[in-house]
Amino acid sequence: MASGAIIEIQDLKKTYRLGGVDVPALRGVSLSIAAGEFIAVLGPSGSGKSTLFHIIGGMLAPSSGSVQVAGLELSSLSDSQRTDLRKTTVGFVFQRFNLLPTLNAEENIRIAQHVAGLAGTNEKHFDHVIRILGIAHRLRHKPYALSGGEQQRVAIARALVNKPRIVLADEPTGNLDSENSLAVLDALKSLNEKIGQTVLMITHDSEAADYCARRVVRMNDGRIV
Amino acid sequence: MVQRLVLRNLFHRPVRTGLTILAVAVEVMMIVLMVGVSEGLLRDSLRRTRGVGADILIRPEISGRTITTADISEKLPGILMDRFPEIRSAMGATVFTPGNLQTITGVDWERFDAMAGGIVIFEGRTYRAPYEAIVDEVYARQEQVSVGGTIELMSHEFEVVGIVETGKMSRVFIPLETMADLQGWQGRFSQLYVKLNEPSRARALIDELRTLLPNRHIISVEDFLALTAASVRQLSSQFVNVIISIAVAIGFIVVMLAMYTAILERTREIGILKAIGASKSFIGSIVLRETLVISFLGILLGYVLSVLGEQLVAIRYPLVSVVLLPDWMLWAALLTIAGSIAGASYPAWKAASADPCEILSYE
Repeated sequence: MASGAIIEIQDLKKTYRLGGVDVPALRGVSLSIAAGEFIAVLGPSGSGKSTLFHIIGGMLAPSSGSVQVAGLELSSLSDSQRTDLRKTTVGFVFQRFNLLPTLNAEENIRIAQHVAGLAGTNEKHFDHVIRILGIAHRLRHKPYALSGGEQQRVAIARALVNKPRIVLADEPTGNLDSENSLAVLDALKSLNEKIGQTVLMITHDSEAADYCARRVVRMNDGRIV
Repeated sequence: MVQRLVLRNLFHRPVRTGLTILAVAVEVMMIVLMVGVSEGLLRDSLRRTRGVGADILIRPEISGRTITTADISEKLPGILMDRFPEIRSAMGATVFTPGNLQTITGVDWERFDAMAGGIVIFEGRTYRAPYEAIVDEVYARQEQVSVGGTIELMSHEFEVVGIVETGKMSRVFIPLETMADLQGWQGRFSQLYVKLNEPSRARALIDELRTLLPNRHIISVEDFLALTAASVRQLSSQFVNVIISIAVAIGFIVVMLAMYTAILERTREIGILKAIGASKSFIGSIVLRETLVISFLGILLGYVLSVLGEQLVAIRYPLVSVVLLPDWMLWAALLTIAGSIAGASYPAWKAASADPCEILSYE
């Protein structure tokens, strides 16, 4: 792993088998991301960026190559070890917010603490995160009562509440209007700048990538170009 | 937090949850009431036999406990009383079972009254004519008959002339001679009741009676009650077990369907939880906790329904006694919980095994 790199990817390949046919999604990706960096992976639909997102997040096993996240070689991790990785090392932000509809905003954030066995800890961090994200006044509301931007900020808070080493954001503004998109991008940018949060954002929106990322990596046809 | 999630999940679909709880409650009620009816009928029968006041029973050599014949000579009571001074009284009765689990008993009312130590007549009098009948209060309530009314017994109309307390031998009594005429049992009894001056002498006298009457089934009333209870419980347990199996199977299927539907509906939520690091056991435990909440609520509702069912049966079918047995209420709860957990196991496993990547990519 390069000095200071929190994610180190070498010749990563992923091939899906669909209907008896091999479909390559990643054709040898190599990438190094430093701690505290805000990097955007930009590419059109089908370029392999979501596959890369899922592999880095420990939700998908690579076909070959090496992926090291926070010093852990993902290809050698068991299913339960990858689950542990998702608890505290990696935080996810999804395009569709993915909040639990039966819980209110605060409970949606705190459920991540419970899952990680960290309930009742990091209260200062919890308060700090919701203050940065500007959702303190919306904590008692259910997701259906929140705007898209507020829902996404709650999702970001959930991703951050366990102090993950890396935040992975998959098209975080894909379901938002321009005003809310800007608010969410500002929130991610602010987290990176204020608390040095490493952020890897997957997007097809070059403006969004250019707005907040310090580095933009472009993908096409399963390769970094 | 997890409990809150479990409860919110359940109340997110109140109709489905309510129906599942109701199904579990019906399962519990079926078990509790079926066992209760079985035990109630048995205890009622035993109480009525004990209510005669006899110490020894002399019956035909038959295998079952239901008598359909009368082959004991009417002279036998007199012979026994002459020979054994320790016998205070001996009385014969004829029994006809029409097939509806109730028996019609032919008995000499004066002797019966004396042996039982006095039978309370709530209304009317004892019989004086051949086609007069006495019924107990429960029968009168069930059949809605009163003194002066008529009932059909063995294809003949009988006038009800008296309503007596319950718990004494039978529910319907007719004159001994009338039963003999109708059944062709002149000079014969179905069984003999013997009352002793000293009940503690029963064992010794039974030995002597067995020598004297080798072809008769002679038994103390206490032993008869114990044997009857054991054999009836053994017989009824087979039927009760079938009902319990059906009830548990229904509960199993309903819970499995409900939880399976729930996890299909919440596939995305399960994917989200797995994505944020929820383990298989965490996901599985949520499904099982939801099942346990449903089971506990269903059991409580089942107890309430059982009590209501008991009251309803007592009002609508006074002849049917229901006894709610605490140990069987506990068993019903344990069986229900076991069946529900078994029913939820597959949905829980399916939820726990869900692939978050697949769910979040395609749901």
